[in-house]
Amino acid sequence: MGVTQILFWFLSVVAIFSALMVVTAKNPVYSVLWLIATFFAISGHYILLNAQFLAIVNIIVYAGAIMVLFLFVIMLLNLNKETEPQKNRWLKVAGAVAGGCLLLVLVAALKDADIKSQTALVNTGNIGLIKNLGKELFTTYVVPFEISSILFLSAMVGAVVIGKKE
Amino acid sequence: MYFLTIDWWFIIGKAILIAAIIGLSFFIAMYTTYAERKVAAWLQDRRGPNRAGPFGILQPLADGGKLFFKEEIIPLASNRLLFVLGPALAMVTALVTSSVIPWAAPFVTKGGEVFPMQVADVDMGILLVFSIVSVGVYGIMIGGWASNNKFSLLAAIRGASQMVSYELPMGLALIAVLFVTGSLKMSAIVGYQIENGWNVLFQPLGFIIFFVCALAECNRTPFDLPEAENELNFGYHQEYSSMKLGFYLFAEYINMFISSAIMATLYFGGYDIPFVNEASWGLSSFWMTFISFSVLMAKISFFIFVFLWIRWTIPRFRYDQLMNLGWKKLIPLALVNMLITAAVILYLKK
Repeated sequence: MGVTQILFWFLSVVAIFSALMVVTAKNPVYSVLWLIATFFAISGHYILLNAQFLAIVNIIVYAGAIMVLFLFVIMLLNLNKETEPQKNRWLKVAGAVAGGCLLLVLVAALKDADIKSQTALVNTGNIGLIKNLGKELFTTYVVPFEISSILFLSAMVGAVVIGKKE
Repeated sequence: MYFLTIDWWFIIGKAILIAAIIGLSFFIAMYTTYAERKVAAWLQDRRGPNRAGPFGILQPLADGGKLFFKEEIIPLASNRLLFVLGPALAMVTALVTSSVIPWAAPFVTKGGEVFPMQVADVDMGILLVFSIVSVGVYGIMIGGWASNNKFSLLAAIRGASQMVSYELPMGLALIAVLFVTGSLKMSAIVGYQIENGWNVLFQPLGFIIFFVCALAECNRTPFDLPEAENELNFGYHQEYSSMKLGFYLFAEYINMFISSAIMATLYFGGYDIPFVNEASWGLSSFWMTFISFSVLMAKISFFIFVFLWIRWTIPRFRYDQLMNLGWKKLIPLALVNMLITAAVILYLKK
């Protein structure tokens, strides 16, 4: 087992464990912190695939900005173990059934997928480096890129309109 | 599978470099506390610390010893785990930022092997610094929240929103630098400046914006709202005592040191010696490395002095003024700076 494989398994275990802890932690602040750990593990996976730009942007945007806002709201609302709403037992059963259905669909979809010939190439390729990625984004994929930026702009305008005082 | 071929000399060399940089960061941070008190005394016409050792130069050691031996108090109502995690995170994020800074000209052995004086010259370079800075907020937030004290919580929220707000103009100012140099790699940015002149000549406005944002990111006056003593007692580290408090205070000084190093690298040519062509001197590689390192340290010391000077000269902002400055003045200014830079570069390259 090479260093890359050891890193892969380590990161996978960290990612899955912390993702589970996000769901099971009783204190919402702990949930947010575990979610940050998950993002770091996923960024580690990106680095293994030599997608350095994606890894860094994942940390800046998700771990650095969005999660800070999550933490803000949770700290200001002062949610604690005591304020955790007691869920109905039938609601839990319904949740389990719905989750099981989703799992079934995912397994069915992935069962016949051709994954043998499309394994990820670890630590090779340089499309993830910023120069190549930028060139691709602004030549081949310029239209979807610009459309998604318009989507962000509209979200920003919407936030300003909602947040504006009358 | 390139990872597999581990070059042990490479790892040992990097480990030594990392240890040296961390030791240096601690040393500089220690003596910045001394410099802070001396500069404050000088600006206020006092003498400053002068009892421990000649000119009081042993004062930081005495302070450190005192912090280590103080009683450790963890409030009963606090969240114990996160209470300890807060200062640790603040310290780690402060130290990790130093990993991509080129500290001196590469050292070339007689055999022709090149040892760059930089822990990692990654493709993302300066963006890596930004990602760590953006994660640095958690040290303050977690510590403030875990203290279970409303003043600490208020200070933590102030600090976090301030840091998130000032990251934006800082990033926009940085984009203009990247337009000029054309690379994110720190070594390439320094190399460009050695060839073409310092970035501050092309980006004076960008530098001012970056500097103001660096003050805000380090929670220094006039942006030290998270520690506003007269409103919040002592800010987010109010419940901390002993070396945990020391870690928070130390992390602030290390942040100052690293952000000075980054400003020197991005705008003032890094380890470049101004006005001369040092390559023509024909000095041995060891001396070149040594001299370039000293030059970088001189630039850093100057910036640290400016940080201290500002602290003891300017009073702090009100919170709404701080937010107004960040969102309504610096961001538009940085956007205009970016657009002008882009237009000029497009025109020149036609």
